[in-house]
Amino acid sequence: MRSVYIVLSALFVMGLAVWAYKENYATQEVLRDVSQIQRGIGHQREELAVLRAEWAYLNRPGRLRDLAELNFDRLGLLPLLPEQFGEVISVAFPVEEDILMELDEPISVVGNLEAIAQ
Amino acid sequence: MTIRTPLRPLARILKARSSGENPDTIERENLRLRHEEMRDTTRLRAEGRLLVLGLCFVSAFVVVGLRMGQVAASNPEEPQAVTTGTSILAQRADILDRNGRILATNRTTHSLYAQPQEMIDPLYAAKELAKIFPDLSEDRLIKDFTGQRKFLWIKRQIAPEQQQAVHDIGDPGLLFGPRESRLYPNGKLASHILGGTKFGREGVMSAEIVGQSGIERYRDGYLRDPANGDKPLQLSLDLSVQSTTREVLFGGMHLLNAKGAAAVLMDVHTGEIVSMVSLPDFDPNGRPTFAGQNAADNPRFNRAVQGVYELGSTFKIFAAAQAMELGLMTPDTQVDATPPFRWGKHKIGEFEGHNYGPTLSLTDMIVKSSNVATAHVAQQIGVERQQAFLKSLGFFDATPVELTEAAGAKPLLPPHWSELSTITIGFGHGLSASPLHLATAYSSLLNGGTRVIPTLIKHQGPIQLGPRIVSPEVSAASRVMLRAVVAEGTASFGDVRGYKVAGKTGTADKPREDGKGYYDEKTISTFASVFPADDPKYVLVVTLDEAVETSGPKPRRTAGWTAVPVAAEVIRRVAPILGIRPDIETLALGQ
Repeated sequence: MRSVYIVLSALFVMGLAVWAYKENYATQEVLRDVSQIQRGIGHQREELAVLRAEWAYLNRPGRLRDLAELNFDRLGLLPLLPEQFGEVISVAFPVEEDILMELDEPISVVGNLEAIAQ
Repeated sequence: MTIRTPLRPLARILKARSSGENPDTIERENLRLRHEEMRDTTRLRAEGRLLVLGLCFVSAFVVVGLRMGQVAASNPEEPQAVTTGTSILAQRADILDRNGRILATNRTTHSLYAQPQEMIDPLYAAKELAKIFPDLSEDRLIKDFTGQRKFLWIKRQIAPEQQQAVHDIGDPGLLFGPRESRLYPNGKLASHILGGTKFGREGVMSAEIVGQSGIERYRDGYLRDPANGDKPLQLSLDLSVQSTTREVLFGGMHLLNAKGAAAVLMDVHTGEIVSMVSLPDFDPNGRPTFAGQNAADNPRFNRAVQGVYELGSTFKIFAAAQAMELGLMTPDTQVDATPPFRWGKHKIGEFEGHNYGPTLSLTDMIVKSSNVATAHVAQQIGVERQQAFLKSLGFFDATPVELTEAAGAKPLLPPHWSELSTITIGFGHGLSASPLHLATAYSSLLNGGTRVIPTLIKHQGPIQLGPRIVSPEVSAASRVMLRAVVAEGTASFGDVRGYKVAGKTGTADKPREDGKGYYDEKTISTFASVFPADDPKYVLVVTLDEAVETSGPKPRRTAGWTAVPVAAEVIRRVAPILGIRPDIETLALGQ
């Protein structure tokens, strides 16, 4: 019985050692991955900063104004002016196609059964 | 397992009995021997345990000691497993406008340096470099490359194409260092506010970026702090409004042959500067150097903040408001207006010799911009009360706005504040202040009467009311007077339909540089306005330097013909962007 315990615990310790060994290398692998990802993030951030700067440069108001003027024929863009504000009330209701046109004058619909029968 | 020796072995007992000895001694002897044996085994076991325990302690101390030695001897480095969310580059924080559009950001460029001892063909390298960078002299480079120097900077900052061209030379002695540089994508827009940056201490691998002026310098500590790398500084400026204001002001300045112009657009309730333009301006990406004599001609000179001018009749509303606040007058009180006003040997008349006499109501005094009537009002207010009032409006100190230049731009006060000073300051002469001072004072007076602090940082949270300057009624009455100036007085060109503009013009002759009086034909014309008059939201101050309107038979220099139309166009273009709806009723009535 004793020797069984000894053998079992020895096997257990060996198992632990193998596990620790594997974990150690797995951890190192993950650390390498993380540092690579962080380098990647750094590059992406740098790229993002460049893109943001470029976006801001391309959208600078002076350039947009010049472009709007150059392409006035096609776009017809004007500066925002007070006259362009409107009231909701001055917007016309959409004109619906009146499918119930026939029922506009109910009197003409109300008829005489005898008249139809004749 | 040893066989226990019996305590009373029969053989010895019998032998002892036969010889007449006491057999108990044998038992005691054996018992003693057995106890000694037991003692020896227990001692041995205890010693073994002590040894094991001692070994445990020794090994624990050895482990601790080794670890300490290892920690002490190894290089400090961050634990790799910790992931960080912050950016890896320690960048200077961006500057954004109030809607999050970029005003200043960073880009990565490279610097170029040389290590001449590594060079293979210095003459060829020098020749090629001089071709790539026309501002470098070939002879100078040859001298540097073939001399004793081991290291020299060639260019602080180069473009990617230039870097490629230098790569193509292929000399191992030409090396690049990474450089972050500040980029202002909007060019000249808001240049005076942003200021600019320069390189501080430089190394091969990096260089400090240091704010040189404007908010870059004022908030340098914040912008440089690596902890704020991803926390941009958000300003109160609105990029679209700033661009529109600059466009209109630039056009107006050229139409009116003005030498300079400034505009300040301020939120009346928070003191936030939504737009601040000073012309001529510069490109902060490459700050110009200036070799001229007069500091005011420097494009880097911020007229809106640093330019202290006599702001003329725009000050009259302060006298009127204070008279109402003190209970001396109401808007309908008649004031003596017969020119000239005499004080000692001094005589004060009206503009172009008008005579608005014999009396004017306080409202008409503002509408007609009467110097004489204002002189009477100022005289009634008195020296001390006027000083206290102007001080409460901020005319005694430099503006606390977040620009390095602001602290140096103190208003010019009369050295001896006599009663005559009070009278002339009443109509805006004898006290010089910047357009920003005027915008702050107008905001404080017209927003309901509480002091605002001008700021360039976007306001967060609920509005805190400042100390009270005048009562809400006086503030409202002042707005009515200013509205009358635009509706029927000197600023009739300023009436933008639908926006109920209220404001006051001011035209002041420029003082001669030599200190001998004033120029006849050089004026500073100012229009300080608030809109909409019944529910004030923004204050706009437009100042033109040496503007002249030449469409008539003789040149006109008054603000009503110069600053007012420019300001009106600014309001017409900017108010819709700020989301203010025009009043449709008045728009339809054509008022």
